[in-house]
Amino acid sequence: MTCTKQISIKTTITGLALALASASTVAQDLSITVTNLTQGLHFTPVVSAAHPSENNLFMVNSPAGPELQAMAEGGDISGLVSVLSSIDANINENPAGGLLAPAMSASFMLSNDTSNTHLSVAAMILPSNDGFVGLDSWLIPEESGTYTVYLNAYDAGTEANDEIRGSGAPGEAGMPVPPPLEALIGNNGTGVTDQEANSMIHIHRGSLGDSDMSSGLSDINNSVQRWLNPIAKLTITIE
Amino acid sequence: MFTLIKRNERSKKHYYPAIAASLLCIGLTACNDNDNTMMEEVPVIVEPTPEPTPVTPTEYAYSLTVTNLTYAQPLSPIAVALHGATTLWQVGQPASTALEKLAEGGDNIDFIALPDNLVTTTSEGPVGPGTSVTLDITTTEPMATYLTMATMLVNTNDAFSGLTGVDISTLTLNQVKSLYLNVYDAGTEQNSEALGTIPGPADGGVGYDSARNDIDLVGYHSGVVSQHDGLSNSILLEVHRFDNPAVKLTITRTK
Repeated sequence: MTCTKQISIKTTITGLALALASASTVAQDLSITVTNLTQGLHFTPVVSAAHPSENNLFMVNSPAGPELQAMAEGGDISGLVSVLSSIDANINENPAGGLLAPAMSASFMLSNDTSNTHLSVAAMILPSNDGFVGLDSWLIPEESGTYTVYLNAYDAGTEANDEIRGSGAPGEAGMPVPPPLEALIGNNGTGVTDQEANSMIHIHRGSLGDSDMSSGLSDINNSVQRWLNPIAKLTITIE
Repeated sequence: MFTLIKRNERSKKHYYPAIAASLLCIGLTACNDNDNTMMEEVPVIVEPTPEPTPVTPTEYAYSLTVTNLTYAQPLSPIAVALHGATTLWQVGQPASTALEKLAEGGDNIDFIALPDNLVTTTSEGPVGPGTSVTLDITTTEPMATYLTMATMLVNTNDAFSGLTGVDISTLTLNQVKSLYLNVYDAGTEQNSEALGTIPGPADGGVGYDSARNDIDLVGYHSGVVSQHDGLSNSILLEVHRFDNPAVKLTITRTK
């Protein structure tokens, strides 16, 4: 934190004492490791944030906003980061420096301000149409220690799960296919469904997939790219 | 929504009676060549050396009940080990050959014999769906405070469940702790579900094969697809599917 205002020494000391007092009671340094537990899914850049209790990165049984939709359909976290910045959240972006590959982990530090008492995390899962791994408002414990939190896969409810190659742009059909996925998923799928009947954020029902890499309904490989929850683990060490 | 496990930083401290170095207070008398001087007799005080306090090894005992929560996945003989602060597998790392043998073939002999293990036990046979087994493990080894348990879901290519490197030193006497365990994939064998590749009763095929034709990293299992759900070459049926959690483990510290 930078302070540009000239202030008297007395005020500085008082301010420092207050800062130290509040730092020792609420604000914390979090050492966080996010682990992709799956063997067949990639996570797009992960966004993590400590924020006030009254804010939510996402909520089940609520519709996704445009920022969440952009993340869930195309892996673009810039909109979520803007919203988080506007509420003075403490934010970590893209700790893996790109895709978080199957079974891989990424670690980062997050120091939260006293008012930012809750932790949320989100990243799109690939291959999927609008699936994401998420953590919604986990109360950051005050007691130091190492905590483990398991994360499930959600469906943003914004796009039909056709499970075929397509677009990562919000509102456009199909799944984005960044380079590592190019060789891993099939071609020429005819589409599992063109309906998205549940427009609320919900637990993802999982992918259907098929075992045909050159035709069939789905471009998802059913023996590799399905999943069972949980799909990610957060290990949070509080100093 | 999500499961939360808090792991205490604190670990069990083992206090040994400090064996105090015995202090021998020896009064030294000066040797004087002068004949005329009567040497004053200084009493030599020798405190008796204390008998070393016999170290009675503290015995710790745990009772572990393993319950198979699946519909039709027998669990291979349950391997249990106590060891120091280490893990016997890790998500994102290749499986050891010992773990590969357990996860592909249900054979836990090498896993039990891993050099990190300080004390081990195994169930005598497999544990069927809807059944439980209780194993007792006892140790006087003060370092044996981390628990590993592993078992194969035998109607799969290389699925196993268990936990590893869990600190049990914070359990108090008679404390009971229940954990629900998810299913890992050893990453050593493709989940082809093909005829001849699955050792369980669904197939009766080959268990361990030293060739590694999968991601070669331990991760969570994506589940059985089965021939009924779109894997045409699968020998498995819809009944062999499973979900997380697959196993319940109840630990009781009995001593």
